[in-house]
Amino acid sequence: MHDLHLSRAGRELLSVKELQLGLPDMPACCTVIVGPNGAGKSVLVRTLCNLLKPDNGCVEWAGQRPDKTRRHRVGLMLQKPVLLRRSAQANLTYALRQCGHTRRESSRISLIALEQAGLTQIARVQAHRLSGGEQQRLVLARALLLNPDILFLDEPTANVDAASTLVIEQQLRTAVTAGLNVVLISHDQGQVKRMADRVLLMHQGRILEHTNRQTFFNNPSHPLTQRWINGELLV
Amino acid sequence: MQSFSDSLREALTLVLEFDGALREIIVLSLQVSLSAVLIGALIGMPLGAWLAVTKSRMRGVLIALTSTLMGLPPVVVGLVVYLLLSNAGALGPLQLLYTPTAMIIAQSILVTPILIALTRETLTGLNDEYEDQLSLLGVGTAGRLTTLLWEGRHGLLTAFLAGFGRAIAEVGAVIIVGGNINHVTRVMTTAIALETSKGNLALALGLGIVLVGIALIVNTLVLTLGASVRARSTASSMS
Repeated sequence: MHDLHLSRAGRELLSVKELQLGLPDMPACCTVIVGPNGAGKSVLVRTLCNLLKPDNGCVEWAGQRPDKTRRHRVGLMLQKPVLLRRSAQANLTYALRQCGHTRRESSRISLIALEQAGLTQIARVQAHRLSGGEQQRLVLARALLLNPDILFLDEPTANVDAASTLVIEQQLRTAVTAGLNVVLISHDQGQVKRMADRVLLMHQGRILEHTNRQTFFNNPSHPLTQRWINGELLV
Repeated sequence: MQSFSDSLREALTLVLEFDGALREIIVLSLQVSLSAVLIGALIGMPLGAWLAVTKSRMRGVLIALTSTLMGLPPVVVGLVVYLLLSNAGALGPLQLLYTPTAMIIAQSILVTPILIALTRETLTGLNDEYEDQLSLLGVGTAGRLTTLLWEGRHGLLTAFLAGFGRAIAEVGAVIIVGGNINHVTRVMTTAIALETSKGNLALALGLGIVLVGIALIVNTLVLTLGASVRARSTASSMS
């Protein structure tokens, strides 16, 4: 993305000069975005997903403008799971059908995805009857089975217990190792240390620091980064 | 003139025996109203779904128009349909005046705005919830409408029943375009009006009992389904 500006009701929500995520000549990595509420993290992610249109600047996917036909190449997982009022498996088959798979293929692939996510036993359970952790794991399984080029996650473990967080983090780490670029928003410093290859600190719509995890924690360049590491409250 | 208790006793006898005349009127009423609501649903639900997802500048105007049409006086609708279907009207050659089809047309016009408004209200919340996910899956407008209509099916059934309740209880429009002709266009509401004016209170009361019974069943279903939908959304938002 280049020279991106986005304002609503006279308030600047985002101002980013340049940001590149997941370069083709570099191995896939997990970038964690941190910063206080209202820093512009979710706005940045939604803009990158082409769900928000910036006032100025542009977002490019692999050097091209986003278009409808490649939208499913971008995955998004939100803090509150978004699931259709259908069975767990039907939620996966719906996504696959939208991406052009046949009914039979969708059924087969969705069962494999549920098995990989350890959710086979709840395949026929209505999605809204699942626990919060199971719902998030199902959303992650749905996002991963479409083989996206990049996966954005907006605080996916904010409302789930430690066991589910562990499963989700393991699946994300496996996906990164397999070549998927992951961009994760988190307020949890422990999660940043566990998951991040690169860390991006945002404040008041601007990116203050974007570097690898070691440099971020050991030799930060911005004073606010040090304050965040020290556990101070950034407002 | 019979006393009220005599009429009530006779009315209950008619209902319990399921008298032939009574049965004919009830069956026609159900046929007309169910057909009208089905037509209203086929037109109103996709339109309501479209209003729930569209970003068109006309959206506000269309919503205001729908709300206005919800309050249409039935006799005015009856008059307009009468003018359209009468020999001098645009649809006169179809010879539909004083037929059940004319009554279906009038009732459809009355219930369609209700179904549009209730569908829009039901699906707006769902669209807010699913909008980003469906956009990322590249789901087009038609696919989005189909998905929302299916996901909101329980709420839409409530809307359907509310439309049916409105149609079955309607009298002003159907008496104008149907003419209340015995064995042809006589439905419960028009029959009640006629039999009361004739002093045949037993049949009028019998039909009234059936009408109230149908209204009671429909409202119970609406309340039950409404509670079920609310329970589902609560479960969904809490988990």
